Amino acid sequence: MTQAIGTTAGSDGIAIRRRRRPATPYVLLIPAVAALLIGLGYPVYWQIVTSLQEFGLMQQFGAPPTFVGLDNYARIFTDAEVWSVVAKSIAFCLVNALLTVGIGLGLAVLMRAVSGWVRITMQITLLLAWATPLVAAVTVFRWLFDYRTGVVNWIFVQSGFESFDGYNWLGNVWTFFMVASFIVIWMSVPFVALSIYAGLTQVSEEVLEAARIDGAGSRQILWRIIMPLVRPVIAIVLLLQIIWDLRVFAQIRLLQDAGAPIAETNLLGNYIYELGVGSQDFAGAAAVSLFVLVLTMVLSGPYVRYLMKEDAA
Amino acid sequence: MSAVAADTVAPTATTPQRTPLRRRRVRPGKVLLSVLGLALAAVWVFPVYWMMNSAVTPDAILGGDTPQFLPLSFTLTNLQSVLTDSGFLNALGMSLMVTGLTITLVLAFAFLAALAISRWRFRGRTSFILAVLFIQMLPAEGLFIAQYQMMSSLGLLNQVIGISALYVAMLVPFTVWMLRGFVAGVPIELEEAAMVDGLSRPRAFLRITFPLLAPGLIASGVYAFLQAWNEFTTALVILPAESAQTLPIWLRSFLSASANRGINWAEVMAASTLIAVPVIIFFLFVQGRMTSGLVSGAVKG
Repeated sequence: MTQAIGTTAGSDGIAIRRRRRPATPYVLLIPAVAALLIGLGYPVYWQIVTSLQEFGLMQQFGAPPTFVGLDNYARIFTDAEVWSVVAKSIAFCLVNALLTVGIGLGLAVLMRAVSGWVRITMQITLLLAWATPLVAAVTVFRWLFDYRTGVVNWIFVQSGFESFDGYNWLGNVWTFFMVASFIVIWMSVPFVALSIYAGLTQVSEEVLEAARIDGAGSRQILWRIIMPLVRPVIAIVLLLQIIWDLRVFAQIRLLQDAGAPIAETNLLGNYIYELGVGSQDFAGAAAVSLFVLVLTMVLSGPYVRYLMKEDAA
Repeated sequence: MSAVAADTVAPTATTPQRTPLRRRRVRPGKVLLSVLGLALAAVWVFPVYWMMNSAVTPDAILGGDTPQFLPLSFTLTNLQSVLTDSGFLNALGMSLMVTGLTITLVLAFAFLAALAISRWRFRGRTSFILAVLFIQMLPAEGLFIAQYQMMSSLGLLNQVIGISALYVAMLVPFTVWMLRGFVAGVPIELEEAAMVDGLSRPRAFLRITFPLLAPGLIASGVYAFLQAWNEFTTALVILPAESAQTLPIWLRSFLSASANRGINWAEVMAASTLIAVPVIIFFLFVQGRMTSGLVSGAVKG
């Protein structure tokens, strides 16, 4: 990544201002590039170097690190606990991304079907959920799911499920992840629903009119005309959700404060945190971090290509 | 979910169009959909409502057996006690300093870079754009250990400068991408016309182009504010000291401290509300761009 900034692979020949060979754009880029190199470039470089070194207690006290090649990777990726964290992260990410996009798509189609003021009400409530800061959102959900006085347990008990009286949602691994999913989905559905809705409104009335004249029913119009036209939008929001749901560090960390079993509820970000800040195993943490970065890069490829294409258009 | 909605859409519109004389027929399917829509809206807004409702309700009532769904026992005590909490005020000051410094630097750096990539074609331009787009996607979780190590060796843990430097790096790529659209939207001909009329290039830029970019700078500034104000992950690692907490970190420790003596949910919700309300206001201010942001890549997760 750092190299990418320095190399000059570009072959854009046409200069808007041809008066002289421009030095100006490079000068203008200096502050931004410097900020990126300091804030991100150096940490990535440090991680690569550290992941190839022994970085134990001796090094904490100033001993020069020894180069150990891929030993850290071998150590980390033969550890069953790491693979269980990776599996949990991927499962959590896929389930949430698919549910989010499914619910968002449903809401978008629904918003298109209802009349003006209902739609505006839906849009405003979605925006309120989207705008809520993450820490505040997790805190509210902890209150909603509080085992003593939370509203959720109260509703269950009122509906006749007495066993939910005092049920501790965050104490059990499965219900812990369920509450985490509620938060993630609640927070990310608005973006998906509003983006897909924006895509739906782009489908021109003439196309729909033509389909109607040709005798298509609404079900056919929905599945044969509208869905294919908004498919690119759906693909992009799904990809973004997958990338974003891979890094649900804060939600998990904040829910763990309520007394959840930490080792069993860690996802990738939390595992790195425990490894680095908790156990001071910087080499191992660096190796897992690079794994996460590479995974994100690979997943981001299609999105970046899409943006470049939009930019050129 | 989507299947349910789609199935209910279909029968509504396939009903044959009988046209009674100038009376809008209320179709039962449509009513059902509206009810469903309103019910979902209620589900979605409930957590926000519940946060604000609990913030103005005495804690004794929140701890009761039956939740009170309306703010019937309205009180400002909770909000007052948070506003006079020294930890809150300290965190507020810290958040304001970090956000202020971050916004200033991000806007300055990103503006210059946006100018470069939208006004010039130069070698390395495409590589720079590609790098910016990829960097934008990098998760803080993949970097924070290294950043912690770096700031710790520089002695910048718990310092405004340290965390702001990381926020600037985190936000510059996305702000460059967003501002680039605004800069490209101001035709260079305007500036050139002003130069024909006798202004120097810098003056033409300052007098003509810059004012036209103001809305773009404001929108990008609001974005940077939202991101820096809400940031939790990096702050948790880089600002371990209690005296250096920003608001999100403070809210977490406020809740933990409260948990030690049976959580005072009224105060915790008052604190959440106080942190959320400015964000919600600013967010609604730029929401039009947020919704169309997907197409331009101007949404950051």
